[in-house]
Amino acid sequence: MLSFILRRLLIAVPTIILISVFVFALQKLLPGDPVLAMAGEERDPEVLEFLREKYRLNDPIPVQYFTWITNAMRGDLGISLRTNQPVLELIGQKLPVTIQLAVMSMIFALVIGIPAGILSAVKKGTVTDYVANVVALSGLSIPNFWLGIMLILLVSVKWQLLPASGYVPLSEDFGKSITTMLMPAFVLGTALAATLMRHTRSAMLGVLKSDYVRTARAKGLTERRVVLKHAFRNALTPIVTLTALLFGELVAGAVLTEQIFTIPGFGKLVVDAVFNRDYAVVQGIVLITAIGFIFMNLIADVLYVLLNPRLRGQ
Amino acid sequence: MSNDTILAAHGLVRHFNVGGGLLQNPTVVRAVDGIDLTIKRGETFAIVGESGCGKSTLARLLMRLLTPTRGEVVFDGRDISGVDGKALTDLRRDMQFIFQDPFSSLNPRLTVGKLVGEPLEVHAPDLTRAQRRDRVAGLLEQVGLKPEHADRYPHEFSGGQRQRIGIARALASGPKLIIGDEPVSALDVSVQAQVINLLSDLGRDLDLTLVIIAHDLAVIRHMSDRVAVMYLGQIVESGTADEVFESPRHPYTRALLDAIPEPRHSETPREQTVLGEMPSPSAPPPGCRFHTRCPFAQDNCRTDVPRLEDDADEHAVACHHWRAIAAAQAVPERTAKPRSSGSASRFALYRAAADGAPLTYKTAAATSPTPTKD
Repeated sequence: MLSFILRRLLIAVPTIILISVFVFALQKLLPGDPVLAMAGEERDPEVLEFLREKYRLNDPIPVQYFTWITNAMRGDLGISLRTNQPVLELIGQKLPVTIQLAVMSMIFALVIGIPAGILSAVKKGTVTDYVANVVALSGLSIPNFWLGIMLILLVSVKWQLLPASGYVPLSEDFGKSITTMLMPAFVLGTALAATLMRHTRSAMLGVLKSDYVRTARAKGLTERRVVLKHAFRNALTPIVTLTALLFGELVAGAVLTEQIFTIPGFGKLVVDAVFNRDYAVVQGIVLITAIGFIFMNLIADVLYVLLNPRLRGQ
Repeated sequence: MSNDTILAAHGLVRHFNVGGGLLQNPTVVRAVDGIDLTIKRGETFAIVGESGCGKSTLARLLMRLLTPTRGEVVFDGRDISGVDGKALTDLRRDMQFIFQDPFSSLNPRLTVGKLVGEPLEVHAPDLTRAQRRDRVAGLLEQVGLKPEHADRYPHEFSGGQRQRIGIARALASGPKLIIGDEPVSALDVSVQAQVINLLSDLGRDLDLTLVIIAHDLAVIRHMSDRVAVMYLGQIVESGTADEVFESPRHPYTRALLDAIPEPRHSETPREQTVLGEMPSPSAPPPGCRFHTRCPFAQDNCRTDVPRLEDDADEHAVACHHWRAIAAAQAVPERTAKPRSSGSASRFALYRAAADGAPLTYKTAAATSPTPTKD
């Protein structure tokens, strides 16, 4: 198992290097000059030159890349061109916010999506199945920003149950932090729950038809045990993959939801950085996100092996 | 019903609706269409027929994995067609199944010990964990596997070994009746012999009633006491294995027996005994269902449904003309030469496996250091 994980980590190294090169190159192809964005109204060539020198933007591009990547390996992702804060510090501030949002959304999605998927597979063709499918399709089709605004209108403005926006750190006030995050997590979670439900349903439908499920029934087991122990365990593989990928996406792509609920998260940081041509921040974020994705995939792979005895010892 | 009947079917019918939509009526497939059966305690009963004749559906009806459209299945004096809950759990204890495909019918995520022990958890909940482990070890030895195999997963075993696991699983609850739906057809011929012999020996030693569904006549001939031949959802002939194999009455049974491949090339090709393909079970022909393929068909076969007539020695046949056909055909020739050389060599294989002391499956655990590769 350990060697399996090590091998997977080794494979991750060239992936990360490729991604870093790609990100760096793409940045340089973007139109617009970061120095101009930074200098604002100031167009004095001397100031611009000074800024270019300061941020080493006059070096050849490969040199710039190597400077960046060697520093990155030492944990120094550079300094934000805009706020002068170290990039790692910025990410360190925003990432926990988004991770909290992602984890809460994922809990929503798992708690709703998986049982709904199992239920609709077991009761295939009945009213329960149709209702679950209609709800899931609606969940997928309703845009997050619309659902978010509607919820703010209803829950916060009209009923005044939950705060409309903002963020309270977990360490500051646990209860308040959770309640503030409840609505955005729900909004993000609905679409995920729908995706998960559809995948759980199709995986379960396949497994429920298999011979070993018939064997389990023939043993005289209760239907509940047949479904949960024999069928669901075998249907878990695609669900684990999907969950890992969705989680990675959640961390990187909660931009809209974070904007609506004005949550100072990762998504907002990305958007601001891109608009301000804040190279260092964009590069840092993409690199961290890529590493996050690779890590989530590694977890999914390890889970496969734990779930599937046929993969052990290979 | 007499006391020595363990399982009986009365007027058993199962139809499936296939297709159909908003504007279309579904097609009705008559998979099982009016079957009466009695299976005696302790015997080995075989149901034969070609693919698509409804034998697997019949097996599933007898197992109560499907509910009949009409008719009833009586097990141990009780109609089981509608049982559920506790009664169904009890039924699953007394009646067990061996499935065709040893690869797909075992859950790949569970160890062998768990697969075999799970019926015990349901049917003998009082056993402690250690007792259950002992019972599983005993069951594995009984089918020729080793107790330490309990910690392995199904994918680590060969086809024959997996089928033994399936048999151990079926035996776990202590059943009175075991139904095997093509229990060896997915295995190699040499392994088939071992598994068939294991089943017959277990049937004898544990006083089990066996119902074997198969399309392989050599397998059936070797192990069964009585045979029923199915065609298009109905039984066309039934009787003791000797009767049916040595003096078949229904033209379809004759055709099946003639179809056993014989490795002889000097002979002129046999005359064709069955014409064409089996009709669709969604539109069975009127009259005798076999008339479209029967070389002896006459006018009344196209209109009148033949009844399954029982004679004194319980050899039943559903054919209007079986006496005439039997008189016209050289029946003595068949009795004089009951087996083709092809089937004879397969019987020899079974014999060798059965007589060749010591038996493979009994000694596998005791003598060989490694598991027998089936």
